[in-house]
Amino acid sequence: MVQMEYYLIVSTIMMFIGIYGFLTRRNLLAMLISVELILNSVDINFVVFNRFLFPGQLEGFFFSLFAIGISAAETAVAIAIIINIYRNMKNIQVKNLDKMKW
Amino acid sequence: MDYSAIFSYMYTEIALVGVTVLALIYDLMAGERGRRHFHSFVCTLMVLFIAGTVVPWHKEAGEIFGGMYVYTPVHGIVKSILATGTLLVFLQAEPWLRREDTRFKRGEFYVLILSTLLGMDFMISAGHFMMFFIGMELASVPMACLVAFDKYKDNSAEAGAKYILSALFASGLMLYGISFLYGTTGTLYFDDMTSRIDGSALQILAMAFFFTGLGFKISLVPFHLWTADTYQGAPTPVTSYLSVISKAAAAFALMVVLIKVFAPMTEYWQALLYIVIVLSITVANLFAIRQKNLKRFLAFSSISQAGYIMLAVISGTPYGMTSLIFYVLVYMVANLAAFGVIATVEQNSGGKVSMDDYNGLYRTNPKLAVIMTLAMFSLAGIPPFAGFFSKFFIFAAAFEQGFHVLVFIALINTVISLYYYLLVVKAMFINPNDSPIAAFKSDGSTRLSLLLCLAGILVLGVVSSVFDGINLYTFGL
Repeated sequence: MVQMEYYLIVSTIMMFIGIYGFLTRRNLLAMLISVELILNSVDINFVVFNRFLFPGQLEGFFFSLFAIGISAAETAVAIAIIINIYRNMKNIQVKNLDKMKW
Repeated sequence: MDYSAIFSYMYTEIALVGVTVLALIYDLMAGERGRRHFHSFVCTLMVLFIAGTVVPWHKEAGEIFGGMYVYTPVHGIVKSILATGTLLVFLQAEPWLRREDTRFKRGEFYVLILSTLLGMDFMISAGHFMMFFIGMELASVPMACLVAFDKYKDNSAEAGAKYILSALFASGLMLYGISFLYGTTGTLYFDDMTSRIDGSALQILAMAFFFTGLGFKISLVPFHLWTADTYQGAPTPVTSYLSVISKAAAAFALMVVLIKVFAPMTEYWQALLYIVIVLSITVANLFAIRQKNLKRFLAFSSISQAGYIMLAVISGTPYGMTSLIFYVLVYMVANLAAFGVIATVEQNSGGKVSMDDYNGLYRTNPKLAVIMTLAMFSLAGIPPFAGFFSKFFIFAAAFEQGFHVLVFIALINTVISLYYYLLVVKAMFINPNDSPIAAFKSDGSTRLSLLLCLAGILVLGVVSSVFDGINLYTFGL
């Protein structure tokens, strides 16, 4: 059986790829995808902890189910807002979102 | 299972769901004629809701769903304070909602705001991290829709994008922290977790990540970068809601979680909060001085006020809890008074929100200028007004626990904050202006809300029974 550490390495790498992408990408959709990576790494964490450390209960599984559902709702709202930005400004580059600064 | 317990302990949330559903049905069913009474309909419902829930139904704490939902009387008090603030925001939003370009979206505004309020109530009463997380997301997802409410305005869309992306990022980090808490303790219930937390390095990391998520909602300094832009771009009633209600709920929830769950790690989160408080108060004050847009200015002012609120959290005592609730109440009336003036001036002058536009406001609209001045005095903490007393209690709570240097830094910053609050007063009373904003008459709804806020500013500090009344319930926590 695969050790728990390997899953955790994968999830940690995903988490930090997400953070890196969120900070460096200059396109709103790419930023959104990066955030999704972070949320997915959390789901992996929950499921792995539940499966390996506390096999007798289901709390982690349920949490990850709810987290998936809620992150879908958040993504829907985020995409709606991005579409609205596209309608107003004709593109979704971050550099156009500079009407308000400091 | 005994279902009557659900109704008797969760009465606030159930009543709020009822109000939301009624507003939704009214929006669907009412015709063009009925819609004209939509505002009074929703406000009446809110008044009934507050009247029914303002006195806690039970004197003792209780829990349902196996401890996922916790009821204590002090939760009931905080929830009714939040509901009162929401009612004030509704009153102030009326002239904006009556406008041609937002009239048809009126129902959405009410339903979205009420659902964020519902989320905050669940977040406050959570006894389990899943409940907490769902409540927090229920509070922040509709909020993003509200921020981007003015669909055809670039600023509003930009503010919405900045808000939702930062919110997603912060909630991702918070979940990451919670996942490690789960991994090290094997439970997500607040009560069970306390006994299993031992302060290992992984748990400290998890606590810091968790703090990030709530720090974002309260907009403390390392997590504040979205605040000014979102406040400026969002419609003014939404900004006032965001700056008061959302912040108050998150601050209270943070205090409950830190005290209850992270009790074995007190020295760690106090060290964390120490840095965050000093940064929040100082950095926000320095940035506030150079702002020219009033909404941006109040955004930075609210960041520094959040730093003061955290002074109550760092004390970690029931007395600190009382002073937090009292501070939130006083901050709510003062900030809503300021935002009410800004909103009505913006509506009646064609969207003027810059500080230079307010030059000479006293000559044309003396009443509004006086209300704004009193709100600024209260926010700065000048003695006869409520703001002084709330600041005093906060400082006393932190001082009592031995944070002398911290209180001293906060005091110095109060003096700095006085400077920029008085800049607004100076603009209205002293600065000359050839073409000040023309005299106008605000509508009745705004007047009522400003009157209530004014009464709060003048009365809350002097009537000591308010503080004592809250203090009765925070005992034992």
